[in-house]
Amino acid sequence: MNPILEIKDLYVSIDGKQILKGINVEIGPGEVHALMGRNGSGKSTLAYALMGHPKYVVDEGRIFFRGENLLELSPDQRARKGLFLAFQYPMAVPGVSVANFLRTAVNAVNGDGGEKKSIPVSRFRKELKENMNLLKIEPSFAKRYLNDGFSGGEKKRMEVLQLAMVKPALAILDEADSGLDIDALKIVSESINRVMDGEMGTLIITHYQRILNYINPNFVHVMADGRIVASGGPELARKLETQGYEWLEGEGVSADAG
Amino acid sequence: MPVKELDVGLDEYKYGFRDPEKYVYKAKKGLSRKTVEEISWMKQEPDWMRKLRFKSLDIFEKKPLPTWGGDLTQLDFQDIYYYIKPAEKQGKTWDEVPEDIKKTFERLGIPEAERKFLAGVGAQYESEVVYHSLKKELEEKGVIFLDTDSALRKHPDLFKEYFGTVIPPADNKMAALNSAVWSGGSFIYIPAGVKVDMPLQAYFRINAERMGQFERTLIIAEEDSQVHYVEGCTAPIYDADSLHSAVVEIIVRPGARVRYTTIQNWSNNVYNLVTKRAAAYEGATMEWIDGNLGSKLTMKYPSVYLMGPKARAEILSIAFAGRNQYQDAGGKVIHGAPETSSTITSKSISKDGGRTAYRGLVKVYKGAGNIKSTVRCDALILDGESRSDTYPYMEIDEENVNIGHEATVSKIGEEQLFYLMSRGLSEQEAAIMIVNGFIEPLVKELPMEYAVEMNRLIELQMEGSVG
Repeated sequence: MNPILEIKDLYVSIDGKQILKGINVEIGPGEVHALMGRNGSGKSTLAYALMGHPKYVVDEGRIFFRGENLLELSPDQRARKGLFLAFQYPMAVPGVSVANFLRTAVNAVNGDGGEKKSIPVSRFRKELKENMNLLKIEPSFAKRYLNDGFSGGEKKRMEVLQLAMVKPALAILDEADSGLDIDALKIVSESINRVMDGEMGTLIITHYQRILNYINPNFVHVMADGRIVASGGPELARKLETQGYEWLEGEGVSADAG
Repeated sequence: MPVKELDVGLDEYKYGFRDPEKYVYKAKKGLSRKTVEEISWMKQEPDWMRKLRFKSLDIFEKKPLPTWGGDLTQLDFQDIYYYIKPAEKQGKTWDEVPEDIKKTFERLGIPEAERKFLAGVGAQYESEVVYHSLKKELEEKGVIFLDTDSALRKHPDLFKEYFGTVIPPADNKMAALNSAVWSGGSFIYIPAGVKVDMPLQAYFRINAERMGQFERTLIIAEEDSQVHYVEGCTAPIYDADSLHSAVVEIIVRPGARVRYTTIQNWSNNVYNLVTKRAAAYEGATMEWIDGNLGSKLTMKYPSVYLMGPKARAEILSIAFAGRNQYQDAGGKVIHGAPETSSTITSKSISKDGGRTAYRGLVKVYKGAGNIKSTVRCDALILDGESRSDTYPYMEIDEENVNIGHEATVSKIGEEQLFYLMSRGLSEQEAAIMIVNGFIEPLVKELPMEYAVEMNRLIELQMEGSVG
């Protein structure tokens, strides 16, 4: 099957400093890839570069999304093609209610923004209610201002709620588990699993192996200093959990992903 | 990712159209004793008003231009038309209004709004009110809603008792000018205990080039009465500047409640220099909701004098300054009695080199103990060329007070835009969403129709030339 996302020999810099130094990853439909590594190894840089943050400059390499050159597209165009990024640090937008924002986002992505194709309010409300239930988000959150005064855990649930509502072709989850206690982690993972139950490709970026107890990856990649230094199956994540990242240092192992 | 050219070209100001000039009377350009004489003569006014006008003209001529706020040195008072009479008489139905003028107000949506949700409407075109209406049941309850000239003729005693008492001609240079050449505006009298549920609205339209509009509004709300007055304003676009300089005086008797909402959307060639002040007595509530979107320069600080115990003031100010615009706005509250409370909330947005300023005063007189005042001003700056300043003044002569002041200035963040764009919103949609969210706490205070209008106007201001 054709991959959804193909990253080919990607070099990315921020403010003139090279962070990613030749990344190769392919993610196919229904596949779950975990990208692990220490802080500062370049994991989040890859997430931002994929979504098209203007500060993240692609120096070399290519990214194809369902066969299309992603690098020519703005972040909103990428979103409308079916790419989604759950942020490690979601931004607050005071004065904009969660419900209003979600409806705008869902229509922008799935309704192509146009009036005609926007999803019916009743269906939207039903889906929102279901997903909020699953994520154990209080109904009152629909009226609250987006991420404004939310706790870390509430913000993470809100990201997953957006994911569940938008139903992208490929989701990047950047540290979706950080700051969650074990109960919250279970709830969030359940929702992620539910959304993944299908054709969606997933790239889970995480420092710890913990979330991978709840979401089973097909592939695990380990990143160090802007490169993927090891790739393998779920067992690689378990090895990292017991042995830490030290054993990888100096090995420079680079294996093909997927 | 700074907000790129989300420019509103001049042609995108939706209300910039103009009618041909078919006036009954147009005074010569410029300001002189003769101009004042002519206005008073045209209106067949009583002698005391004519004298007051002359006295006010003297004061105007003696007072220097303010040196603070915006630059007024380019404003040529001799290059302005001070009086234009657009129609022979005022219409009681829209069919009695001259065709062009009627069409203009139709384009502005006034008759439609009147049918849907207003208790009364006044429509001023240039210097005179060309249409006026009030629901019959309110008239029967003793409510007076007239243009100010008619009120002077029909209710001379009531008029004389209050006119110029809240804002005397010597208050400031522009108040003196208005007192000398005033024409039109609204006169509202709400008898004790009468609550007017639906808003009364006045709409002010400038049409001629180099026009000066000087409406004068006087609102008297007797004990335990209630009224919501709304004003809107627009003008065509000209290269030459126009001047709008109104005076609004409000008397809020004990236990009464007045809300005054402005949605100012002048074209970018209008100097908007307005004095607005209310006196609120025991247990009364005065609310100013002041939305300033248009004009070249606005200097306007609606104020409330809290004159009786437990009187309350609320001032909500929204300002939007785009290219070549300066909105110097804010509010003033004078606590002259104990146990009074006030809130001033200001939200300003500047974009494309536009400039906003919050300028406000909280003054507490000695003896006005146990008062509470909160001032909050938030500025949102959309790009590197734009500017916002805060000038909060406090004069507190009493110790037993509880006063809070908070100010924030934020720039639309690259990260905030990126976050929204990653959800499929274009850069412009993202910026509009952030701006609408920013003003939401104030907009939700407006009646639904005006909230929709305000959001729509903000969107028009934000929209780029690329469709």
